[in-house]
Amino acid sequence: MKLLLGDEAVGQAAIDSGIASVNGYPGTPSTEIFEYIEAAAKKDPGLRIHAEWAANEKVAYEQALGASYVGQRSLVTMKHVGLNVAADPFVNSALVGAKGGIVLCVADDPSMHSSQNEQDSRYYAQFAKLPCFEPATQQDCYDFTRLAFELSERLSLPVVVRMVTRLAHSRAPVSISDPAMRNPLSPAEDRNHWALLPALSRKLYDELLMKQALLEKESEGDVNPLVMNPAFPSSATCGKVGVIVSGIAYNYFREVFPKDAPSHLKVGLYPAPLQKVKALLEACDTVCILEEGYPFLEQTLQGQLQGHFAPQFKGRLTGHLPMSGELSPDLVARSFASLGLCDPLPAIDEADDVKAALRPRPPKLCPGCPHVDTYRMIKALRESVQPLPVFGDIGCYTLGFYPPHQGIDACLCMGASISMAKGASDAGQRPVLAVIGDSTFGHSGLTGLLTAARENTPMTVMILDNSTTAMTGAQKSLETGDPLMQSILGLGVDPEHVKIVCPLPQHHEANVEILKAEVAYEGLSVVISRRACVKLRK
Amino acid sequence: MRCDVILAGVGGQGVLSMAYAIDHAAMARGYFIKQSELHGMSQRGGAVSTHLRLSDAPIESDLICKGSADFVIAMEPMEALRYTAFLKPKGLIVTSAAPVKNIDDYPLEAVMAALKARSAHIVDADALAKEAGSQKSANLVLLGAAIRYLPFDAGDFEAPIASLFAHKGSEAVALNLKAFHLGVEGTLR
Ligand SMILES: Cc1ncc(C[n+]2csc(CCOP(=O)(O)OP(=O)(O)O)c2C)c(N)n1
Ligand code: SF4
Repeated sequence: MKLLLGDEAVGQAAIDSGIASVNGYPGTPSTEIFEYIEAAAKKDPGLRIHAEWAANEKVAYEQALGASYVGQRSLVTMKHVGLNVAADPFVNSALVGAKGGIVLCVADDPSMHSSQNEQDSRYYAQFAKLPCFEPATQQDCYDFTRLAFELSERLSLPVVVRMVTRLAHSRAPVSISDPAMRNPLSPAEDRNHWALLPALSRKLYDELLMKQALLEKESEGDVNPLVMNPAFPSSATCGKVGVIVSGIAYNYFREVFPKDAPSHLKVGLYPAPLQKVKALLEACDTVCILEEGYPFLEQTLQGQLQGHFAPQFKGRLTGHLPMSGELSPDLVARSFASLGLCDPLPAIDEADDVKAALRPRPPKLCPGCPHVDTYRMIKALRESVQPLPVFGDIGCYTLGFYPPHQGIDACLCMGASISMAKGASDAGQRPVLAVIGDSTFGHSGLTGLLTAARENTPMTVMILDNSTTAMTGAQKSLETGDPLMQSILGLGVDPEHVKIVCPLPQHHEANVEILKAEVAYEGLSVVISRRACVKLRK
Repeated sequence: MRCDVILAGVGGQGVLSMAYAIDHAAMARGYFIKQSELHGMSQRGGAVSTHLRLSDAPIESDLICKGSADFVIAMEPMEALRYTAFLKPKGLIVTSAAPVKNIDDYPLEAVMAALKARSAHIVDADALAKEAGSQKSANLVLLGAAIRYLPFDAGDFEAPIASLFAHKGSEAVALNLKAFHLGVEGTLR
């Protein structure tokens, strides 16, 4: 037994599945999967696992497809919004399939503990028509990832493993099984399977549709257990109650009903098993749906069952559970108590003296952080140049939105700062400023800057080069120091208007003057604000 | 046996190291464990907490229900109060006395009054940590002070603490073990 985070259990399973590479871009709550494998590969070079962070999620996913092409297994890791970036190769990969097993572990963040949104990756798997595992426990994380590699090669399809924050970052003992042999290196021989030209794609799409029947058969198996309990007492208001439950919600369900539980179907593999769902519905008057994220099962099943049944579902769509935010054992208990199936929990309100003593404690930029000095510069600049819209981006520096900094006015998704600033400039707003971190620039700032450079768009881009990907725990950044400078010049920005400043109090006045001059320039300028993250020095 | 604990503090105070030590002591004892933590942006002085569940029977939920925790163990007094809604009626708060005042107008009196009203066990962890040789080991002092309430003996923690600090050398191991034992003795005194 090993004590592992859900993330680490996925990583261990990938190692034991004989992967040749792990491919990813950092993002909470997925980062530890990659880092676990990276550490193991470093400790034991005999594993021969390539573990280097990619520039972004699209690159990572495509690398994995290359490994698959030559017959090797590989894992891809990212957070949910990363799949937006990797969506193009992901959706298309369903058509080319897989030679070596390819597993994408994508971690969703219900309640947005550290994300811009709480999008649900199960929709992506459904959209691409690919199988998706959803573990409930750390042991599931291990077992399902092993199964995912096996299924990927058996059906020649990429396979998704969907995680959520609470499972990714929860620890429990996991039992490990025997490692698999590494596949031999053997490039794909069937060229027609790897080139998506329309005439070939039509055939491949038909193949993908045919495979859906195999997926359904898979889904009716033991991985999605149906437990019938006709003796369980009925609800006075809703009659016989059944439960469809997936992922970590299953743990909350069993917390409420540790021994005697209502009839239930635990969904660990999508598409959901329709025959089992029907069997449950036939035996029940009402079916509660417990799922983390969007009402995916509730909506999908509602559609699939139309005409056969008029299921009385209770879930997020019906208001039985909240529409947004993560579930908790309390919410699940309350939902069953409202049907009279378990004792209501005592209402726990924060006492008045406690309420009066509490203050929020949000994260802040570290004392001595280079971003603090950069935002001081922007503040000073905005005192003399008004209005000056500042388009921000994602990283530690996003905290600069809040007082006392208030150095950025917008933040959307990785790389958007540069393109949004350009759009504003194109629309006639002058001057405009974009603020982006070094790792984010490497992730998706380059293409925006290329576009601006070709047009010499009047705007200023500040790149906050702190030598690392700090926000997610200081992973390697691909666009820092000299390589960053070379990239900027290589994209065609006028060298006269590429400046480096050092964000330190003693340089403040001089830095502000440089910024003022570049913001006044009627063309594209880049100011690199360069000083290492103070966490790196430790 | 069933023991549900919320460990809390501010990013950088070593809350997750405390959890690590308890987890491994529990593994060695053969307890069932689940320990759920929120990583994310904790490195920048935000609130950190972890739900730690120990039992001699399998554990289902990774999260503790409100009104059912046996203990809140906190490195910071306001953070201790933040989780009182999770405590069961006879649950106990064990907290370090030292506030981390990285927020505006920290209501210290109100915090201490609310803790006293709940008969919290307040430990001067910083002072004992300094006595051990480094204020950074305050988390080990607090752990030592808390274990008399937990289903462990002090000896269960020797190995986990040693492995936690092994990469920092034998002096760091000795210092942290000393801090831990000062915490244990401080409670018994
Ligand atoms: C598409 C996508 N991938 C990953 C993330 C997670 N993420 C947010 S910011 C960030 C990196 C920030 O690094 P950098 O730009 O260098 O700024 P720093 O934190 O170092 O200031 C990452 C990986 C995300 N929000 N969106
Ligand atoms: S981790 Fe680094 S970049 Fe992030 S706030 Fe702290 S010093 Fe600044």
